Amino acid sequence: MGLLFDIKRYAINDGPGIRITLFLKGCPMSCVWCHNPEGIGKKPVKLYTRKKCIGCQTCVHACPEGALELTRSGIVTDKTKCKMCGTCVEVCPACALEISGREWTVNEAMREIEKETAVMDRSEGGVTFCGGEPLMQPDFLLELLTRCGQEDIHRAVDTTLYASEEVVRRVIPLCDLFLVDLKLMDSEKHRHYCGVPNERVLENLRLVAASDVPYWIRIPLIDGVNADEENIRKSAEFLASLPKPPEMINLLVYHDIGKNKHDKLGTTYNPHQYAMRAPDEATQQRCLDIFAEHQLTAKIGG
Amino acid sequence: MSTQKVAQRAPKSACNFAPSNEANMMGMNDRIKRLRKESFEAQPSLSIERALIETKFYKENEGKYPIPILRALNFYEICKQKTIYIGNDELIVGERGPRPKSVPTFPELTCHSVEDLHILNTRELQRYTISQEDIDTYEREVIPYWKGRTQRERIFNHVPKEWKEAYEVGMFTEFMEQRAPGHTALDGKVYRYGLLDLKDRIQKHIESLDFMNDPEATDKQEELQAMAISCDAAILFANRHADLADEMSMTEKDPKRAAELRRIAEVCRWVPAHAPRDFWEAIQMYWFVHLGTITELNGWDAMNPGHFDQHLAPFYEKGIADGTLTRDQAKELMSCFFIKVNNHTAPPKVGITAKESGTYNDFTNLNIGGVKSDGSDGVSEVSYIMLETIEELHILQPGSAIHISACTPERFLRAGCKVIRQGHGYPSVFNPDVYIQELMRQGKSLTDAREGGCSGCIEVGAFGKEAYVLTGYLNVPKILEVTLHNGIDPVSGRKVGLETGEADSFQTFEDLYAAFLKQIHYFVDMKVRVSNYIDRMFAKYAPATFLSLFIDDCIAKGKDYYNCGPRYNTTYIQCTGLGTITDSLCSLKKHVFEDKRYTMDEMLQAMNDNFVGHEVMRQYILNHTPFFGNDDDKADSVAVRVFNDLYDAIEGKPNTKGECFHLNMLSTTCHVYFGKVMGATPNGRLAGRAISDGTSPSHGADTHGPSAVIKSLGKLDQVKSGGTLLNQRFMPSLLKREEDVAKLASLIRTYFALGGHHIQFNIVDTETLYAAQKCPEDYRDLLVRVAGYSDYFNDMNADLQADVIARTEQESF
Repeated sequence: MGLLFDIKRYAINDGPGIRITLFLKGCPMSCVWCHNPEGIGKKPVKLYTRKKCIGCQTCVHACPEGALELTRSGIVTDKTKCKMCGTCVEVCPACALEISGREWTVNEAMREIEKETAVMDRSEGGVTFCGGEPLMQPDFLLELLTRCGQEDIHRAVDTTLYASEEVVRRVIPLCDLFLVDLKLMDSEKHRHYCGVPNERVLENLRLVAASDVPYWIRIPLIDGVNADEENIRKSAEFLASLPKPPEMINLLVYHDIGKNKHDKLGTTYNPHQYAMRAPDEATQQRCLDIFAEHQLTAKIGG
Repeated sequence: MSTQKVAQRAPKSACNFAPSNEANMMGMNDRIKRLRKESFEAQPSLSIERALIETKFYKENEGKYPIPILRALNFYEICKQKTIYIGNDELIVGERGPRPKSVPTFPELTCHSVEDLHILNTRELQRYTISQEDIDTYEREVIPYWKGRTQRERIFNHVPKEWKEAYEVGMFTEFMEQRAPGHTALDGKVYRYGLLDLKDRIQKHIESLDFMNDPEATDKQEELQAMAISCDAAILFANRHADLADEMSMTEKDPKRAAELRRIAEVCRWVPAHAPRDFWEAIQMYWFVHLGTITELNGWDAMNPGHFDQHLAPFYEKGIADGTLTRDQAKELMSCFFIKVNNHTAPPKVGITAKESGTYNDFTNLNIGGVKSDGSDGVSEVSYIMLETIEELHILQPGSAIHISACTPERFLRAGCKVIRQGHGYPSVFNPDVYIQELMRQGKSLTDAREGGCSGCIEVGAFGKEAYVLTGYLNVPKILEVTLHNGIDPVSGRKVGLETGEADSFQTFEDLYAAFLKQIHYFVDMKVRVSNYIDRMFAKYAPATFLSLFIDDCIAKGKDYYNCGPRYNTTYIQCTGLGTITDSLCSLKKHVFEDKRYTMDEMLQAMNDNFVGHEVMRQYILNHTPFFGNDDDKADSVAVRVFNDLYDAIEGKPNTKGECFHLNMLSTTCHVYFGKVMGATPNGRLAGRAISDGTSPSHGADTHGPSAVIKSLGKLDQVKSGGTLLNQRFMPSLLKREEDVAKLASLIRTYFALGGHHIQFNIVDTETLYAAQKCPEDYRDLLVRVAGYSDYFNDMNADLQADVIARTEQESF
């Protein structure tokens, strides 16, 4: 059994070909720019989409705990009373209330993956496990990777690599491609923005680079956080020093789509109001140039 | 199309309008730019010339000749008298009317009233101008003669009361009440034989008629003589163009243009009398044949050259090899041809439909790529030239489709996808590997099936050998509506169906479904009976003696296109609204019969109230019902069941030509009309809103992305139909990168491997469409493809516009 918070078909930005992407819940990091904040916690969370809500109060009447209230800003859940029983979600006619995160058996997940095989086969796509952090649910992930391997489905793991060495060593032989997030080279800054230091990430990346499995690097490019010359240069130097270089470096230009998700979660995006901006084209180009100087292939976008 | 306008557009939307930017205009030379502009700006108008010639001819000659000969002589008279037009810059010549976008009327089929003409002249959308003087002349000369003599009156005088009731409430439409059976495409004959060759052949068949033993010999002789007259008519028509071109060359000051005019004269004296000798003549040959068929009668979907690239490829290769043709010249001629087709707007309808409906265009759907009759890849350099022409011209007509077989090169598919990405609404994409099976299942030979393809919307036929008559659309969701009201149409209150029991008497979903099935059979049978009558009316009173020349085996059999002359004679009923009916049945099944969340009475009450006061219920249905298009077997199995039951109801019903009816699954724009005449449906659709188009999911119901949509569609055994239609809207953002194009290509390949017949893409964003509604003049070239045809967004009525906007946007970020 594992906890998934989303499944996306016709995923064309998560590795080669057309893919199905499974989002495994739970992440050890808490990056301020995270655009899937509902995937961070290890337990299911309730989401509320105000735009969908028709204000019928069916949920208010149905809640056995009396935890819900219709206010001027829509339905508000008293988190001290809510026991996450799911009644309100079941009765909500408009699906304005949802629970993000549901238990899936491996068989259920495989049935979903197999629905996409016709498209995968012809596009040289496959399945991508992302999150959250898929390595947070190693048993579930390893079993899915094994099953997909038996069915000749191309497997990509989209990960921060913030996990124990043992888990990474077990995943390597069952994986066809790593998509590794590399956020900041300075560990202190990494801790500041992502909640954890980066040493483990870099060590595990060395491990991946020493294996036979190809890997891509994905860097969220954020002016004010990591798009500065120093960080990019250090990233390039580090990557160039690895036993084998990444097949591709995707520079993902910052966007604040995560705001919308925070609204649904009832949390605040970027509460400390760090200055974060999409880098301008000149900066993007300079980053590309730095990687090129190190004989590394990089491009803007995933 | 000024460059200034391009500059005003938001860069975000730029990819929808790429053809207007200078980079893409580069391919067009100045001649094509001018011709395109003229065609684009020409205001459609009505020409009464054909009606006047025809009325005078009929007044003097009706009763003097057997009908086929009367029709042929009428055609001859029109060819002899009509105004000949040769425009500046033109290389390919000939217009149906006296000038571009000037449309004749066909009073022998249906005669416009004075009121119709006024409406057409003044209506806001799709206006056809006509002068008061012409309206007066029409009232004096044309209308009185045709009163009581038109096909439309013949038909409506015959139809039984039940049929008329069902027709009036919108249970089905009838194609042939205003136009002749059409949907015709040609094979390669006209590039091998001139009309003089065909006349020789006709003469031989006349000489071998056996009056001793063949009771039909007399009829055959009349038909064959009429065909020979039709040959003369078209040759005369071409020669009149040659004369005019020669005459114009005398006074032409520009020596280059004078030489072109002399060349035009030479071409027109050679074709269509003889088989074409080069690329130019081949295109002009086809164009004269095209004009002949749409002048003779007003057939549905006009006319289509079929596999034009395959037919032209030998001429192209020969010209390139012997140095008489360059690639640029070939493209210029191709562009001239495209503009000619674009000049030909469809004749407008009469009666109530003159106000409400009517598109400007016929459906000349060019088949590009595909397979040759030996099964090998049909793509040639001409195919790529055609794709470039589509991309550069960006005009409404001709429509175009790429035909992608397993043997089609990836390069061609991707080249087609890049044009799709521009957001013109075409080319659409067809799957020969499936439609060849469809045609063979209906009894065509392998070779004839391979030479087939799509003629207009999505229907397929054996080109040059088949009359495939589409009789009209069946409003399948309305059959459920009537079933739920025990045979009564709740919108009009009229009884149109069988009494199959009150809705609350159904104990199980199967009870309901059995009643629904009974009603399906009832309406299908009703429609078939009238269609068969109409078929004979055309065979008797409106033989198409010119068209018959080009469809095997009309000459050999001595029989007309409408009278079993063709090798294959197929009749279709087109079923509309598979998504709406599936979702409605799923809603009743789940909420009323399985979960018992609502009683049948509650459901009917809510539908009756158009869900006003039942919004909670409507939202629950919309969000908690398995809907078609999500790769969910709970819904898809219902769709498969309905599809198979429609097939069983229609397939094999006899037509009048010794063959039978088949199922077709298209809607063109009829889903909008059908939605208008319906109340709210159990799937939460509100009254008056469009029902789903073709076999596409209901608007907004497909929430799992395009791969789930094609999986759902793939569960239908599409080979049992004569065509299905899948409209898939794509946000431009899904096609930004080169690799996205390859991914779109593999999505298409996958759908076709799953047995898909057709798919088309609308690459537009909602913002653009809203902006277009607010400020139409800035979006005049915004072309949208709706359910099998392309139209300018601005030319669509508000309902159609809303329909386009409502289609699901596929987001994958």
